[in-house]
Amino acid sequence: MINKKLFFAFCLSMIMAMGLLSFKLIKNDNSVKSHETVSAGLTLPEGFQAAIIADDLGSARHLVATPQGDIYIHLARAKNGKGILVFHVDGDKATLKSSFADFGGTGIAIKNGYLYASNSREVYRYKLDDKNEVINPDKPERIVKGLIDRRTHAPKAITLDNDGNLYVNIGAYTNICSEYDPNKTGCPILDSAGGIWQFKADKPDQTYKDGIRYAAGLRNVVGLAWNQQDNQLFVMQHGRDQLHNLFPNLYTVHQSTELPAECMFALKEGDNAGYPYVYYDWIQHKNMLGPEYGGDGKKLADPKYINPVAAYPGHYAPDGLLFYTGNQFPQKYKNGAFIAFHGSWNRAPEPQAGYCVVFQPFKDGKPDGNWEVFADGFAGTEEQKASGHAVHRPCGLAQGPDGSLYVTDDNKGTIYKITYKKQ
Amino acid sequence: MNIKLTGIFLASFILLFNALYAQNNKQPIRQTTTGTSIARGKVVYTNVCLPCHMADAGGVQNMNPPLIKTTYVLGNKTTLIKIVLRGFNEDVEINGQTYSNTMGAHDDLTDRQIADVLTYVRHSFGNKASTIKATEVAKVRAIYKK
Repeated sequence: MINKKLFFAFCLSMIMAMGLLSFKLIKNDNSVKSHETVSAGLTLPEGFQAAIIADDLGSARHLVATPQGDIYIHLARAKNGKGILVFHVDGDKATLKSSFADFGGTGIAIKNGYLYASNSREVYRYKLDDKNEVINPDKPERIVKGLIDRRTHAPKAITLDNDGNLYVNIGAYTNICSEYDPNKTGCPILDSAGGIWQFKADKPDQTYKDGIRYAAGLRNVVGLAWNQQDNQLFVMQHGRDQLHNLFPNLYTVHQSTELPAECMFALKEGDNAGYPYVYYDWIQHKNMLGPEYGGDGKKLADPKYINPVAAYPGHYAPDGLLFYTGNQFPQKYKNGAFIAFHGSWNRAPEPQAGYCVVFQPFKDGKPDGNWEVFADGFAGTEEQKASGHAVHRPCGLAQGPDGSLYVTDDNKGTIYKITYKKQ
Repeated sequence: MNIKLTGIFLASFILLFNALYAQNNKQPIRQTTTGTSIARGKVVYTNVCLPCHMADAGGVQNMNPPLIKTTYVLGNKTTLIKIVLRGFNEDVEINGQTYSNTMGAHDDLTDRQIADVLTYVRHSFGNKASTIKATEVAKVRAIYKK
């Protein structure tokens, strides 16, 4: 009897010891390196601080900041009939000023006295006053209409150049076009999707026939930005899914987890990035012929398709791109790119990854040097991250007038403000 | 003291019994029982469904719906079989969340495989619903075959 009791107690203590040990291991795993700080749940480089300035907003997608300290946040779905929220930010405090727009969406931008915002089919603009406040929130001007919306990759992310043009992503409404191109004669949907379209920034009610397909062969782009340094459009492509599931003989589960790359492209008019015919292998640093079109993981892509200027691990889902032009952060960040990675879902059964903001150094308007994780910890615990049920998911990026960096989270609707203090 | 001891004895007896029972259940049986169907279904799930619906069937925010206690999973068998055979191309709203990814047709799977995987899903992740037989899948397949 006593023996049994002893045995029971022994078992219990073993279980407890193991529990403590695993806790310690996990803790060690997440231990903060000396050059990092933890702030508002985020891990940041030394000297940086994060503050949660707003929370529970809904699905906060892209945002834009004004010189007067306001931020316009676009919600994926309108909440109480309002798709755009306006906050005034003072230090680490954001106060809701107003809300408007009866449509949800992702795209939002300010250019030449107008606020532009998109839903899945249209782009609207609102005239701003000299304080960058919307003059007539109930009467936007429709700039583009009738864009294709078949739910998959439907958000129309936007940006503008300095010559009166608006750029709109029109994502391919399919993973790899196989259902639309069964005989592999050419993906037929590329005439109206799977690329970046250019429209006039000031002409109302434009449709496809008024715009031009500025760049083709881009599966889906959510993060895009105009680089002022070399006056060029940069986009982040979401790479294809399911190499292993569709071609188990050509790709292992692990290869399918890491491939293809999420790509940064610097675009010129007429460029073709090759979707769905090619994908970029960031491990081999090669543009590959896709398996649907005769590729085998070794055959190279036709060189007529452009190469990315930088590549990142598979399925990280880049949703925000910002070129940092502020003076608050250390010099190395100036003119470099911040990328908000929404985090993966197509890395299962391996652990999911991403859910971070990455910094990509630039020199003379081109990526220069290795990217690094700038802000991490959005997902929560390692387990929450690995399962894909992340608590927060980075999406939009904006630079405040003082050089602070704003990051939206479209899961909980949290807005982070990241600042730097010289040590 | 005695009551405690009896308790421990009883508990270990139940555990042992359960373990033996589970052991029996795992042994291969030629004919299809719910247990064997679930075991085979798990393999199909891992290879075909897991990449989108996830290991815990929790799905993916905004994109791929969860398969946990939804009316789609627990409800009408024909509707569910049809989704697997023909794919799914509509927005789904579950608990206030919308899921919008297109699901491809999986008519390349056999009737047996579809029956197994659906039986597995209907008996896992907190779901409790009846098994689905290969003959039921065959019937639905026949309806939608031109």
